[in-house]
Amino acid sequence: MDFFNEDHIAAAKDLLYKMADDQLIIGHRNSEWTGLGPLLEEDIAFSSMAQDKIGQSEHLYELLHQLGESDPDNVAFTRNADQFHCCHLVEWPIGEYDFSLIRHFLFDFAEAVRFDMLANSSYEDLAKIARKYRGEIKYHTMHANTWVQQLATGSDESKSRMQNALNETWNLALGIFEEGKYEDTLKTAGIFEGEAVLKRRWMDSVIPLLEKYGLNVPDESTWAPVYGGRQGFHTGHLQPLLSEMTEVYAIDPTADW
Amino acid sequence: MIKSLDPRITRANINVEDQIQPLQEMDQFQTYEVFHQKKRGQQHVHVGIVHAPNPDMALIYAKEQYARRGETANLWVVPSDQVFATDYLDQDIFTTTEEKHYRDPGTYKVMDRIKAYKERRKQENK
Repeated sequence: MDFFNEDHIAAAKDLLYKMADDQLIIGHRNSEWTGLGPLLEEDIAFSSMAQDKIGQSEHLYELLHQLGESDPDNVAFTRNADQFHCCHLVEWPIGEYDFSLIRHFLFDFAEAVRFDMLANSSYEDLAKIARKYRGEIKYHTMHANTWVQQLATGSDESKSRMQNALNETWNLALGIFEEGKYEDTLKTAGIFEGEAVLKRRWMDSVIPLLEKYGLNVPDESTWAPVYGGRQGFHTGHLQPLLSEMTEVYAIDPTADW
Repeated sequence: MIKSLDPRITRANINVEDQIQPLQEMDQFQTYEVFHQKKRGQQHVHVGIVHAPNPDMALIYAKEQYARRGETANLWVVPSDQVFATDYLDQDIFTTTEEKHYRDPGTYKVMDRIKAYKERRKQENK
């Protein structure tokens, strides 16, 4: 293990938990579109990406297991909402397709930048995962970008739906970058450059695209990042999601399929 | 309201009386033919179609429909209405094709000399 002390391990765990929980929860949310998507090809693509997210989360839970946490199934299926570290953005219900698409766009670009930053992490096991999933996440951002461009430059209705969804989602998306108590440790250990750097790089990638498609990013004076998720404070939407997700596991934890 | 075993359906509050409206023809996207290349340098092989409003979306869908599993180097999409085909009524133009074995290189007289050359090389390399 390439860590020097307890502090580094605690910091790495904190980072892994928020990443993996974000992926698991948005993966589960997006899978709720399976069978209900707007067209067959999109249904398959969106479901497939949802599975990708859950696969990524499993890989990160395995890293946590190596660091001494419980095994991935236990970690994913036996915690209550207040033990989750996901941001509020990922836990909101799927709403209409405009919201789900904008969430997919804002979240996946942040994930792409995060993985890009982690590709050179001093935590080599995590860096390997970041490099492994780069291509997969690149497709996710291509998909999101193509859709948002298509609808933001489409009919009056599709434009206004994209704009409204963006307005509703922006502050939630800013909540992705809620800082934890380990920002300095992560930085000095060379594990991760931190949420502030990530946020700046994310803005540099999404804002020019949104503006190019004629969408208005909400005025900076109205920005109010929705925090709390990283500390276990969640919306009322998370616990029902977890109850649904863990229904089979709760009936028979040893079931295999 | 429809109550389903699937909680997502129940949540959607679908009225039982709701009639399903068939899509108007104008609502349908055009189709694109998808060609899949396994390795760089190999031929692109036709694998099927996707529905999409434009080539960009068609490529996005082609990836998930036809390149989700197995090795892929490249994909092409071509609007289906840009494919020109022979008429099945004219299928008889192909009827004698399979009899023309004299066109196969395997029946060339020179094959004897090629085989003899290969045999010689084999002996020499032993």
